[in-house]
Amino acid sequence: MNLLETAKLTKYFGDTHAVDKVDFTIGEGEVLALIGSNGAGKTSLVNLISGLIQPDSGRIVFRGEDVTNQSVDGRIKAGIARSFQIVNLFDELTLLDNVALSIFSREGKTRRLFSLADHQHAVWQEAHDILSQFGLESKAPVLAGGISQGERKLLDVAVAYALKPRLLFLDEPTSGVSTREKAPIMDVISSIVRSHKITAVVIEHDMDIIFRYSDRIVVMHQGVILASGSPEEIRRNETVKDAVFGPSHA
Amino acid sequence: MSTVPTALAKRSPLKIVAWAVPIAVVLLVLPYLVDPYQSILLAYGLAMAIAVLGFNLLLGYTGLLSFGHSAYFGVGAYAVAFMVKYLHVQSMELFLLGAIVASVLVTALFGYVCVRYTKIFFSILTLALSQVLWSLAFKFFWVTGGTDGLRVPTPKLLGVVTSEGEDKIHFLAHGYYYYVLVVFILCVALMWLIVHSPFGKALQAIRDNETRARFIGIRIRRYRFVAFLVSGVFTGIAGALWVPLNGLTTPDILYWPFSGEIVFMAVLGGFRNFTGPIVGAVVFNYLKTYAVGFTVYWQAFMGVILVVLVMVLPTGLVGTAKLLGAYARRRFAK
Repeated sequence: MNLLETAKLTKYFGDTHAVDKVDFTIGEGEVLALIGSNGAGKTSLVNLISGLIQPDSGRIVFRGEDVTNQSVDGRIKAGIARSFQIVNLFDELTLLDNVALSIFSREGKTRRLFSLADHQHAVWQEAHDILSQFGLESKAPVLAGGISQGERKLLDVAVAYALKPRLLFLDEPTSGVSTREKAPIMDVISSIVRSHKITAVVIEHDMDIIFRYSDRIVVMHQGVILASGSPEEIRRNETVKDAVFGPSHA
Repeated sequence: MSTVPTALAKRSPLKIVAWAVPIAVVLLVLPYLVDPYQSILLAYGLAMAIAVLGFNLLLGYTGLLSFGHSAYFGVGAYAVAFMVKYLHVQSMELFLLGAIVASVLVTALFGYVCVRYTKIFFSILTLALSQVLWSLAFKFFWVTGGTDGLRVPTPKLLGVVTSEGEDKIHFLAHGYYYYVLVVFILCVALMWLIVHSPFGKALQAIRDNETRARFIGIRIRRYRFVAFLVSGVFTGIAGALWVPLNGLTTPDILYWPFSGEIVFMAVLGGFRNFTGPIVGAVVFNYLKTYAVGFTVYWQAFMGVILVVLVMVLPTGLVGTAKLLGAYARRRFAK
């Protein structure tokens, strides 16, 4: 059963067809990789589904419900969360606070003006547990602005994960980190996503990571979906080779 | 895995009591140790501290710089003056209630417009709207008294305490001082609770990264609106407490330089910590009073202080004291 479907989803920026009548589906529990060259429309597609930008036309259906016109917080409540290509964190708050804020928000507790956040022991405990899962527990009291890029990438995912999403978009979770750090970061993310049966969409440029961690690959090119299939099928696809990997790979 | 929430460990109630109780004791005995003028000056400072606490909920915690907080201060003060003039009310509790209602109405209206914008657009809008109120107070002189303002006599406290048969200065330096002190303590406690609540955390999240805050499900505009409302009400309460001390309200307190003074107080104390605005308001009050008495060029003197502050002590008096304290602890530990 499909968790998410888009029907003729379209977004133009002037003359640029960022997303052009895209029919995109993702099944429950899948770990799907979204690839394509720069400007292919990957991030635009994620921005449309997560609610950061509004489509010009088309529909987004999540768990059988049309969420095309829903607000960002409505989509989050429905179970869609995301991390960002350029990490978005609360830099002047600690790692613990970053994760705890997601939990407070998820439980609707951020509306409370007259109760001490510190007294919400279950929230802090869960935040500690999540940081442990992501290997960040030792940095819990450190400000998010003072950790390494690799740790920031992990924290960005941890903040999204703390929302307990059904569908998690990971926009280039290893961009800007050293080659040596990429696999350990993906190992952590992959094990959490798979052990909690979270459906995930990973945007990545590193093909080793794509082929190693995804169940299915969707290839975008110039705003449209060029191909979709298993890592092996995509590896053998000549059109994809030409369009994405360039003639040298053909 | 740790089971003790770090944030909880940081804010031990014992630590708070250790510094809050001695300060409260000093504030309690002060009217009996200093001359009445000093007590009244401190009462002014405490009233202003409530305003700056409210202002700082927006600046320090939500990341919104308001240049129009004179409006809410003025609304509180004028609400009291109108109650005296048109309803012949004397009760301070009714004054406070009236000021709260009036500031809720005005802040809700202004906030509805302002929280749609951020950064310079927010600041300019708050400034422009406060100037609208100033011009109304200035032009509608048959209602507001114009530049002559409206007189506000000493109020009746808790329905029993009045200045009748008592020297007005003595009343303001004792009975009224304690009234202001109690309201100040209640406001500090309430603001402390708000900024340490999950709501307060959400405001800090909005301040730090609006996009991420949005993508953890925080409805930015709604939270900003509530913060704006709370901020305005605190400032309105401050205006209501201030006006009996001053005995008169004029359009000056609605004019933009007064908003600038509130910003100055927050910067002076430090707007990135809870106690900074309180210290800033009290110190500014003394500084301005003595500067005015010392030189006719007091505005230039205050301007120089502001420049030095921004350049040398960007974290304000409290922020600097904390940094020095941390440095001293490190040195001592070695």
